[in-house]
Amino acid sequence: MLEIDIGKRLRDYELEVELSVAEGEILMLVGDNGCGKTTLLNLVAGLLDPDAGRIALNGKALYDSDLKINIPSEARNVGYVFQSYALFPNMSVYDNVAFGLRTRHLPRSEIESMVKDHLQAAGLWEIRKARAANISGGQKQRVALARALIIDPGLLLLDEPLSALDVRKQAAMRRDLRESIHACHVPCIIVTHDLRDVACIGDRACLLEKGKIAMTGGPDDVMSWGAITAATEQHCVAASGEIVETNET
Amino acid sequence: MAANQTEIRYLGEMKNQESESLSIFRRIKDNALKAGVAILLILAMSFIALPVVSLFLKSPLDTTLRSLHDPMVIDALRLSLMTSTLTTAVVVIMGTPIAYVSARFNYFGKEIADTLIDLPVIMPPAVAGIALLMAFGRMGIVGHYLNAFGISIAFTTLAVIMAQVFVSSPFYIRQARTSFEDVDLAYENAARTLGASRLYAFFTVILPIACNGLVSGAIMAFARSLGEFGATIMFAGNFQGRTQTMPLAIYTALQGDLDAALCISLILVVISFAVIALVKTLTKRSRKNAGN
Repeated sequence: MLEIDIGKRLRDYELEVELSVAEGEILMLVGDNGCGKTTLLNLVAGLLDPDAGRIALNGKALYDSDLKINIPSEARNVGYVFQSYALFPNMSVYDNVAFGLRTRHLPRSEIESMVKDHLQAAGLWEIRKARAANISGGQKQRVALARALIIDPGLLLLDEPLSALDVRKQAAMRRDLRESIHACHVPCIIVTHDLRDVACIGDRACLLEKGKIAMTGGPDDVMSWGAITAATEQHCVAASGEIVETNET
Repeated sequence: MAANQTEIRYLGEMKNQESESLSIFRRIKDNALKAGVAILLILAMSFIALPVVSLFLKSPLDTTLRSLHDPMVIDALRLSLMTSTLTTAVVVIMGTPIAYVSARFNYFGKEIADTLIDLPVIMPPAVAGIALLMAFGRMGIVGHYLNAFGISIAFTTLAVIMAQVFVSSPFYIRQARTSFEDVDLAYENAARTLGASRLYAFFTVILPIACNGLVSGAIMAFARSLGEFGATIMFAGNFQGRTQTMPLAIYTALQGDLDAALCISLILVVISFAVIALVKTLTKRSRKNAGN
């Protein structure tokens, strides 16, 4: 169980979030650009420090301002898929996926067998030697997910994991993503702009507005949130436009 | 009716003639502009190329090869390559962390630190030499105390290296800072969430991505050290085999043996071409990496 109760002063507003995510639950975080979604993920991952509050995973504090606990990002065991995927361009697909195991100083043979299993499961074994910078958007997404899952994380954070894919690939990826995440059985937060992601992947959804949780509900409830429907639809259209442009170029 | 038609035809012809003369005028204007730019370009190229070509034309191959055996030329070449290599090593070792911190973090006095780092680029080398002498010379602020322990820096090979570090370090640090700024912060964040410490992330992710930019900065610093004259002659003097680097040897040889001066100049020109070619190649590769 992930418990978050934190506050942080941002440039334009105060981020104040209180929420919890159960084991195996996928929480979809939606909201306008600049409402604090990615900041919240970075706070949970330990890449940013809150001003005050508490973040706990399975009862163990990752951050607690009262007890002066602040576990560094590298020790939080968080699987984080960045919006740009952030695959290391100087490394091969294999080395990207093996990176998290090498930092844990696992034996070489164990690393090899684990990476092979994960790459085969994700259908990436054939391109293991390719530079991460030279593979397609869909492959990048799968490498980023494999890299985050191989470390056996206690928590999964995904920042718009499908936004860089074209519409056709998104549909297939949604199903795969949901299956992969549920198989891990850890709390998961996914930031998205797309209501289809909420409906197809999420177990629960939260609407973030200027750093505060404005609404919470099931994936079906989201469609009735008129306030966000228009906003997110706009983002969908904009995102689709970008994808079309990318394909053309 | 017929008169009207003749008038219309006449007006049409007038218009055609007018547009024809206009297009001829426009073509002349365009060609004149092109010719002007071409002449300007040829003049600018000649201004740079002519002195370099003259160096080659005025140095017969046999005398140049003979000068290569001149002890002064050999000493200057050996000293220059040795001091420039050591200078580059010092600049890279000290400059890399400084450039990284400057690119990634905000700290109190950062503006002042950045200005100080850039200062030697603008400061005249002779002024840099006097400044170093006032700091590390026998009667200098620090040199005074060092002298009490029997340590003398000025007019030694160490002074040559210090002068070169002073003038060439900004060339490396500025390039390295830009290279680190170009590395997306998400890579570092991704490495950290995967369990890498800041140091591990720096050596395995950040440094390899920024590598080409750093190498190109180091080459620029090496080239600047090799050509350093003003600060060296002020702070280290001009002693053959000890502080007389290639530019100083050219200055000395020019007063007696022109062939030796030309020979050293040719070596420096060849090195300059090699440096430019290397930097261009690395910059291209660096851009290719960043584009990915």
